[in-house]
Amino acid sequence: MKRSLLAVLPLLFATPALADWSQTLAEAKGQTVYFNAWGGDARTNAFIAWVSTQTEAQYGVKVEQVKLSDTAEAVTRVIAEKAAGQDTGGSVDMIWINGPNFLAMKDQGLLHGPFVADLPNAKYLDLGAGSAASVDFTVPVEGMESPWRLAKFVFSYDSAKVSDLPETMAGFVDWAGAHKGRLTHPDPSNFMGATFLKQALVEMAPDPAALQQPVTDAAFAQASAPLWAWYDALRPNLWQAGATFPASAEVQNQMLNDGEVDVSMSFDPASTAAGIAEGTLPATARVFVPKAGSIGNISFVAIPYNAAHAAGAEVVANFLLEPATQAHMQDISVLGSFSVLDAAKLDAAGAAAFAALPKAEALPALEGLGPVLLEPHASWMTRLVEEWAKRYTK
Amino acid sequence: MSLEVQGLAVRRGDVALFAPLDLRVECGAVAVVMGPSGVGKSTLLDAIGGHLEHGFTCAGRVLVMGRDVTALPAEARRIGVMFQDALLFPHLCLGDNLAFGLPAALRGRTARRAAVEAALAQAGLEGLYARDPATLSGGQKARAALMRALLAEPQALLLDEPFSKLDAGLRAEMRSFVFGHVKARGIATLMVTHDPADAGAAGGAVVAL
Amino acid sequence: MTPLRGPILRGAVLGVVLLGLIAPIVVGLTETARAGFGQLPALGHVGWSLEPWRMLRDQPGFVTSLRLTLVTGVGATLIALALAVGFCAAMSSGAGAGRMRWLAPFLAVPHAAMAVGLAFVLAPSGWIARVFAFVLGWDQPPDVASVHDGWGLALMLGLVVKELPYLLLVMASGLSQVPVARQMAVGRAMGYAPGVVWIKVIWPQLWPLIRLPVWVVLAYGLSVVDMAVILGPSNPPTLAVAVVRWFNAADVAMILPAAAGALVQTAVVVVAIAALCGAEVVLRRAGLWWLRRGGRGWSWGPGLRVAQGGVVGLMALAALALLSLLVWSLAWRWSFPMLWPEGWSGALWMRADWRMAMLHTLVLAAVTVVLALVLAICWLEAEEDRARAPWAEALIYLPLLVPQIGFLYGLNVVFLRAGVAGGYAAVICGQLLFVFPYVMIALSEPWRALDARLLRVGAALGAGRWRRLLALRLPMLLRPIMTAAAIGVAVSVAQYLPTLFLGAGRIATLTTEAVTLSSGSDRRVTGVYASLQAALPFAAYGLAALIPAWWHRNRRDLRGGTA
Repeated sequence: MKRSLLAVLPLLFATPALADWSQTLAEAKGQTVYFNAWGGDARTNAFIAWVSTQTEAQYGVKVEQVKLSDTAEAVTRVIAEKAAGQDTGGSVDMIWINGPNFLAMKDQGLLHGPFVADLPNAKYLDLGAGSAASVDFTVPVEGMESPWRLAKFVFSYDSAKVSDLPETMAGFVDWAGAHKGRLTHPDPSNFMGATFLKQALVEMAPDPAALQQPVTDAAFAQASAPLWAWYDALRPNLWQAGATFPASAEVQNQMLNDGEVDVSMSFDPASTAAGIAEGTLPATARVFVPKAGSIGNISFVAIPYNAAHAAGAEVVANFLLEPATQAHMQDISVLGSFSVLDAAKLDAAGAAAFAALPKAEALPALEGLGPVLLEPHASWMTRLVEEWAKRYTK
Repeated sequence: MSLEVQGLAVRRGDVALFAPLDLRVECGAVAVVMGPSGVGKSTLLDAIGGHLEHGFTCAGRVLVMGRDVTALPAEARRIGVMFQDALLFPHLCLGDNLAFGLPAALRGRTARRAAVEAALAQAGLEGLYARDPATLSGGQKARAALMRALLAEPQALLLDEPFSKLDAGLRAEMRSFVFGHVKARGIATLMVTHDPADAGAAGGAVVAL
Repeated sequence: MTPLRGPILRGAVLGVVLLGLIAPIVVGLTETARAGFGQLPALGHVGWSLEPWRMLRDQPGFVTSLRLTLVTGVGATLIALALAVGFCAAMSSGAGAGRMRWLAPFLAVPHAAMAVGLAFVLAPSGWIARVFAFVLGWDQPPDVASVHDGWGLALMLGLVVKELPYLLLVMASGLSQVPVARQMAVGRAMGYAPGVVWIKVIWPQLWPLIRLPVWVVLAYGLSVVDMAVILGPSNPPTLAVAVVRWFNAADVAMILPAAAGALVQTAVVVVAIAALCGAEVVLRRAGLWWLRRGGRGWSWGPGLRVAQGGVVGLMALAALALLSLLVWSLAWRWSFPMLWPEGWSGALWMRADWRMAMLHTLVLAAVTVVLALVLAICWLEAEEDRARAPWAEALIYLPLLVPQIGFLYGLNVVFLRAGVAGGYAAVICGQLLFVFPYVMIALSEPWRALDARLLRVGAALGAGRWRRLLALRLPMLLRPIMTAAAIGVAVSVAQYLPTLFLGAGRIATLTTEAVTLSSGSDRRVTGVYASLQAALPFAAYGLAALIPAWWHRNRRDLRGGTA
């Protein structure tokens, strides 16, 4: 009941935005936005620094990246501020956020908004019901977070060493049997590790539609049974017999580079090409996705309820949706992340900017990445990670 | 310049170290306190000089030139000390060690330098102003330590077994050097020792503790 | 100048220490404890309950995590202690602190940097394995768990490598207060072998001087986070890592078991230290019995040589780890099984934006070290008029013994309430908590060891309290003061959690950047930051050695010796 009402709200405020926006711009001028974003990727950090120079020149808004090693650090910080009764002037202005963290903050009333419909550049987005930008792990966005980059689950491998990768997740059991110790996945307490399990879950669940509903005991037992059977067969042949796992996909990338494993994974289809350009992956590294497609989602930015510089944060969120910004971001020499804009809604200048982008051998075309599989409801991920820990952590 | 001690008693916690002591040393005289080690001779000097460590309490009075200094901190008593080690400050050159004791009332760089040079000359240390004290011989160190104490113009002087670390030949020479200077300047001097030869050379009253 | 009065001074310093340093820990612990017993109003949890403890008990692998923590923390401490004792006993002629100065670089390197380097040296695709690959012709790394092993052996090794230099330096400075050579001669004249004299005679005198540092090492080993992430097992990890994971879990309700886990972590440290005290009592009795029997014992020579070899081997490993960081920072590509990078580049140094982080680090280090030195000097100066107060001293060291994870979350809440979070002031306070005790450990022994008669001579020459302090005590103690400052710089530079929590992540230092970037795990970038992280304290140690040496170049009694 409450949800549907909230979903209507942004529509009500959709039109009188322009006058409000000039007010937001005026308020934002001179502000410094503390953008809490995972800081483990030097290219993303450099992109955010570039954003700061642009917004400062255009709007007088500076962006200061607060580099996190885990998004939850920012969530914990907002909770600590709420615990201390600091309901205004909070230290976190904007968070790079996704899925479970978004669900947690939304449920706890820790977010500012709805604000997305107020952003002038929202007109380039497909915000229609059921569109990729309107749900985050099936949780309705309802204008509480604004999209900025596309994420799609891909594997990377060294084409000089392996060529027989399976076309399905199920096929990994045989592959790992033939290549003992050459496959692993990040620890499921890490986002990427959980996504590896989810990718298999989506492929193997008898009724994929059930995954779009909040998890229940019965649904979980039914949907995950094939997954665990598969994993039990897979695990003994994993790297170090599945007793230990890399802490993150980035650590696993390093292991791919070191030749300790043959496969790594990423949520950024461009990361392999970027890694080659950066010297962190062998020149023969390539991307592959299971034939049936892979999980895709969109990275968002959200503004905490007590943000000191909410207006500035809105200006930055809007800037991230500029067609020129998105094209710059998609440039392989910059970030190589696919745009979140709806190509059909771009004007001629915007479309031309995308068409002019350079190509790279290891950079797959968007069409080559196969269908986008929907993220299960966020509660599934939490449950999956808990169950995995129960089964395999002794 | 007399030094007078009236009913002085030092306790450590509840234990009295020695019976209350009365003593008077006239100007230019050298009185001697003798006793076996461990009896509290050094503690007596600490009490007179104002150097008692915490944990010790002290009763009685100490008068210097008739002035009651019992309640004053060590630096205001104008009572000099010398130990068996010369204890020249290791971070200062020899001349600066002597200058450290020179009263602030003596003004002017040249005047102060001249005073130090004169004292060095008296101690047979001419031209050694800039020397590292660590490089001096034992006798040189001892003479420098005395000159440093004297430059501070003390009204009384306490000597804590000052000659016990010197070898026999040097000991006699130092005795006459020290006693000569304190007598010439008329400073009341109290020395603790367990060497009867020291007591004999001092020529003053001898108190057994 | 106003006279410095001991009791007032002591009171003032104690007040600063209590209010500024101890109260935050107590309040932080209380706040964590409230969450641990179900009080977290921000998330709508009110009313006491044991639910967090049930949740904690039901966390998969909780018992294993606890066991891992105990085995690695206690094991590493005992091994490091045994090696250090063996090494010092083997150099029984008296290992002067001066001769231990070669250890300073290893002491200066932060744990995380050392761990990253060691991980590379030891990994299945690491430097050692590459030598094997070169000799045996492997074309791919072996599938062995040489880091992240389930027993935590790699983590233990890392802790031993990092704590050993600290224990050796502490022991060397303790030994400089014991007349080792003479007692050794006396013991050997009675027919005891050197090793036996050392254990029976020297060690009982040394232990009280190093007891506290050993406690600190034990507490650290039990609650270390960064090293355990980089070298330790992951499924499950040690308790401290698990607690951090729970605090950061997407499901915010996990803060409840995380808080309970933080309390368990604190209890583990308390129990371990208590057990060490118990062991001390038992061993003292047993030692006396052994001593009175008068047995000359067997020769300890082989054991001591093993310890000596072990120390040298471990320090070689540490040197290799540090070298690998520097090489990585200058490499472009360096893949298995190459022994040396295939391509070099200075690009990472040019690009990585470390200048701001360097500036923040320098400012924080300078301010905290100066404050810590002033506090420490006031504290020690006040001892001139009053007896030492062991209970007050014990409080100073509390921050080093209580696990950071136990109180930092709560402390953050408290600071936010007071409106001082997210700024330099909060970070400085937080760092001071840890810098001050280390400065005190480094400074108090040389301070107390200074011949008090020198100051009495000064007083008798008419020098008042200020002049005695400024013109006599401080210049004479220049070397230990500089050493304490260098240790303070190293501690400040290495602080991760306090800087992160209390700076709201906004004050980026070399260490916060290094840890964040190591989550991105580009070894070359990590190499840049870790090199800088190591270089700064290293420079501080260098200055601490050079400045007094130059200043006192013509003062024989102040060259070398105590430091």
